Amino acid sequence: MDRIVGIDLGTTNSLVAFMQGETPVVIPGDDGLNLLPSVVALDANNQPVVGNAARNSLIETPERAVYSIKRLMGRGVEDIQEELKLFPFRLAEDMQAGEVLRITLGEKTFTPPEISALILRQLKRSAERFFGGPVTKAVITVPAYFNDAQRQATKDAGRIAGLEVLRLVNEPTAASLAYGLDKKQNGIVAVYDLGGGTFDISILKLHDGIFEVIATNGDTHLGGDDIDNLLITIALDDIRGDLGLDLRHNAEAVQAIRKAVIDAKIALSSQASVKLDVELPGGKHYQREITREHYEQLIQPVIDRTVGPCKQAMKDAGLKPEQIDEVVLVGGSTRIPKVRALVKELFRREPHTDLNPDEVVALGAAVQANILGGGSEATENMLLLDVTPLSLGIEVAGGVTDKIILRNSTIPASATQFYTTQVDGQTNVAIHVLQGERELATDCRSLARFDLKGIPPMAAGIPRVEVKFLIDANGILHVSAREQRSGKEAEIQVQPSYGLTDEQVEGMILDSFDNAEEDFRRRQLIEARSETATILGALEKGKKSAAWGQLTTDEKKQIAKMEKALAAVNAEEDYPAIRKAIDALNQGTMRLAELMMDTAVSTALKGKTMDETDLGEGPTAPHPMAKAEFE
Amino acid sequence: MRAAHFCESCGKVQPPVPVDYFSFFGLPPKLNLDVATLEKDFYDLSRKLHPDLNASTGSEEQEWSLEQSSMLNDAYRTLKNPLKRTAYLLHLEGVELEEQSKSATEQARATGKIKKQIVPPDLLEEVFELNMQLEELRMNKKTGEDDPALIAEIGKQKQTLETKHEALLQELQTYWKAWDALIDRGQAGSPATSEERAQVRDKMVDVLNRRNYIRNLVRDVNEAMEN
Repeated sequence: MDRIVGIDLGTTNSLVAFMQGETPVVIPGDDGLNLLPSVVALDANNQPVVGNAARNSLIETPERAVYSIKRLMGRGVEDIQEELKLFPFRLAEDMQAGEVLRITLGEKTFTPPEISALILRQLKRSAERFFGGPVTKAVITVPAYFNDAQRQATKDAGRIAGLEVLRLVNEPTAASLAYGLDKKQNGIVAVYDLGGGTFDISILKLHDGIFEVIATNGDTHLGGDDIDNLLITIALDDIRGDLGLDLRHNAEAVQAIRKAVIDAKIALSSQASVKLDVELPGGKHYQREITREHYEQLIQPVIDRTVGPCKQAMKDAGLKPEQIDEVVLVGGSTRIPKVRALVKELFRREPHTDLNPDEVVALGAAVQANILGGGSEATENMLLLDVTPLSLGIEVAGGVTDKIILRNSTIPASATQFYTTQVDGQTNVAIHVLQGERELATDCRSLARFDLKGIPPMAAGIPRVEVKFLIDANGILHVSAREQRSGKEAEIQVQPSYGLTDEQVEGMILDSFDNAEEDFRRRQLIEARSETATILGALEKGKKSAAWGQLTTDEKKQIAKMEKALAAVNAEEDYPAIRKAIDALNQGTMRLAELMMDTAVSTALKGKTMDETDLGEGPTAPHPMAKAEFE
Repeated sequence: MRAAHFCESCGKVQPPVPVDYFSFFGLPPKLNLDVATLEKDFYDLSRKLHPDLNASTGSEEQEWSLEQSSMLNDAYRTLKNPLKRTAYLLHLEGVELEEQSKSATEQARATGKIKKQIVPPDLLEEVFELNMQLEELRMNKKTGEDDPALIAEIGKQKQTLETKHEALLQELQTYWKAWDALIDRGQAGSPATSEERAQVRDKMVDVLNRRNYIRNLVRDVNEAMEN
């Protein structure tokens, strides 16, 4: 069976997880950490770096780095005016109206899906290192309140990264899967998910392993980022007032302040007060004491914005707070005590925090990946029934939205509409599809314009074109049409209002320098060669040690032979051959390693400390890349 | 008899057959139904038809699973809600309910057409009175005048309307009974005449139209009070 991983592609951090036997586990990155900061930068050679490495670049070369790219996924330039004021996103200068956003990093430009793809690729690599083989299939989580364009952009990012996205799962729902795994109980659960850039509330009914979402709501522009931006603005104002320095356009200084306020924010979740201290350009320091009380007053308006969606979700579910059995907290921002207090007040109960709010979504994605892959004992009988967060409508006469699939409908969901022509011989009909709750089309989100083509020419009003709108289990819309009188499949031309066309995505896949199998092999080869270098280096040291003398001539000959074989095969492109030669040499130097170990121990026993003894690389040297690296 | 959505022996999803929502669940077209049983059937069928559980099958079966499960969800959503269920049954009977929705109102406003509005005769007087009061309230809001007596009076009217709204649901249920009796009779071998069907049907249409009308009225009141 193919390995399917679960990925949480977050605003602030991203993670990859998979189901190890009965439990989902997070796969660490090559730095050994579970969280990969969702930061992408270009290094001096224009090569992309992702994660902690890129985070340093945010302060040193801010014009070559980008964070919180999730805020731009599936959005148009007119949607992100607020973002542009608060985030250092640099749009490409040659951007045309109606074009997919492009962000400048150094001298290059990238679309948001391409930047997200770089993050996904990094996670893919971590998983491949973990499994020792290619990973090509994934479940990726998205905020429940993501619209069609944002979902499509996420799916595109997966494709660009060389991943087949088997399912997009809503983040709060994924979290409930992780929680439900060991509880397996029935009842009503509310998941309150306040992350770095998005807020979701989902209310689920758990029934013998079925996780049925009954209502969901949220705000895809609300999260920890907003708190950071608020604190940054206050700091910048302070600095301008007290020190007469206007740093608003100094990217390095803003990033230094951002780092400091984030640290302060985190500290204030456990401390009563914190001291901000930032060194400013010119050597001056900005210092300020922030008390928890003051901080809570400041952020109140931000966290209060979660109240409306929560109430709406309860109303849509037809439930009162007393009827909700459990509340689960997800997302790093739910560590803030004031947020917890708000949730407690809203739902009138103590929320659950047993699972790490940063990891629970990725763990749930791994559970869903397991279900999709055919399931296991742990996930037996588990099934997720999710809903579409926003109503789907079509524009009718007068610019009014006619809703055809209402929000909170279980997906997959469909609706059928009939169209006819208004002029004799008319062969095209245009359909404008919208998403949102408002009555007027201009207040809703334009998803796409569909052009029905190839309608057989008939008198006006005679053709009867059946158009089927289907929202799949990913929450993505599909449209098909048929002219009923002729039975002819009508051709549909889609013009997505936002987002990449299929051709563009294809192009990006081809452009990407790391693509599935081929690249995996190349990387395997590079890793094997570095292993060769290490083992040969260790052997050189071994030869100089006292232990070498204890080997028989025959043993030494054998080792020399294997060493030569490895050196020869290492120059070629054959990974399995190199691997075999490395293993052989490892095996052949086992006794040498043991002897070195004995020498080390006896030296220590003679009263010398280990530090004083020249151990070279020590007893582990001939086995530098033990296979149990991640166990 | 329920359509064969999946193979009874191997569990494989079968190609969808176009059926109405009642038949999808193997139900007769009756209006009183046990929602708990419907929910159980919905869960059982979801476990067979949902795309997540058919993700490792061939592409054809995945396509069927997507279509079958969307139909299952559409059918469940429609049948579990008493009003949607009634409207759907009426739709099967060839009746489309009077468009009283807000989008129809907006559309009529935008295109300058007069929307078909049927004021239930027994409400004529009250509606006239209420509309006058709402107009007064809007004027007051514009001029900043405060008339607590008027607001209290409108509030009282609103409550009366809400009580009526509730009572209409009860009335509807008596016609459900009448309708189901006709279906039962048909299954017992003596089908209802088309006149008998039309009689019950028209009563239901009337109740639903009145109910929608009141609902819109309440919404207008809420809007006027809020703004």
